[in-house]
Amino acid sequence: MNRVLQLILMAIITATPAIAMAKTPDEPSSFSARRGENLWHMQFTVSGQQRSCASCHTADPRQAGKHVRTGKAIQAMAPSVNPDRFTDQSKINKWFKRNCKWTMGRVCTYQEKGDVLEYLKSL
Amino acid sequence: MKTLIFSTAALTLVGILGFGIQGAWSDSDHMKRLSTGVAPVTNPLYQEECGSCHLAYSPGLLPAASWQGIMSGLDDHFGDNAELDSDVLQQLSNYLASNSAEMSAYRRSQAIMGSLRNSRTPPLRITELPYFVHEHREIPKRIIELPEVGSLSQCNACHRYAEQGSFSEEDIWIKGIGHWDD
Repeated sequence: MNRVLQLILMAIITATPAIAMAKTPDEPSSFSARRGENLWHMQFTVSGQQRSCASCHTADPRQAGKHVRTGKAIQAMAPSVNPDRFTDQSKINKWFKRNCKWTMGRVCTYQEKGDVLEYLKSL
Repeated sequence: MKTLIFSTAALTLVGILGFGIQGAWSDSDHMKRLSTGVAPVTNPLYQEECGSCHLAYSPGLLPAASWQGIMSGLDDHFGDNAELDSDVLQQLSNYLASNSAEMSAYRRSQAIMGSLRNSRTPPLRITELPYFVHEHREIPKRIIELPEVGSLSQCNACHRYAEQGSFSEEDIWIKGIGHWDD
């Protein structure tokens, strides 16, 4: 019996650091609004075209934007003027995936997404 | 008392007639759309997923094969990334397949199918359908290049009721120009 208990305890102790490391880092201090702002204005060349977040969302995320190809209106991204923003997780993931690929030609890193969100929330 | 009964009866009659006329109007509206339009979009998921970036084009504007081609290449959707989660992709593909042009009783959908009789592979773009090209052949370039229009893919820049599925010539109203008749 003691042997079984010992084994279980051993297993728990060994697994603990792994669980702690798998935890998503969530300290808000690890994101920076300033870095997010830089990224917002950064120009990328994709398919021979200069692209940035501002291409569709304008240089000021508090303003309504316009789809660069279709001209369809896009509501402001800053939650201070559009409180519906960033209230639906699947929407956030969907748009980051699509728009990072279009703008930068790749998916965004965890850091980049956090920085941009931090910037938009700071406005 | 007699007057009261009489006026109540008269009011009721007016009411019934009025209702009748209204009913007839919406009926003829529906008939008109059947004969001049395409089925309007009724799927909220489609409206949300596709209508965020552009007009949610009626499924009746393209044959199923074109929709299938579009849905299998959403990572490069005419130059844009429009990727969807697999369950949403499946739901929308089903909606498009069961409401595509060949499934529709609306006249424009049937005309679109008729114009594709001799093509082996239908185009992916609505603007490349033979019927579409024919219908828009007299639009001068200067109209298409107006900042309010921009391209022929912007149905609602000229067809005021495109979102309702109506493409009737009398409803054409070009932003910045007004009624258009060719």
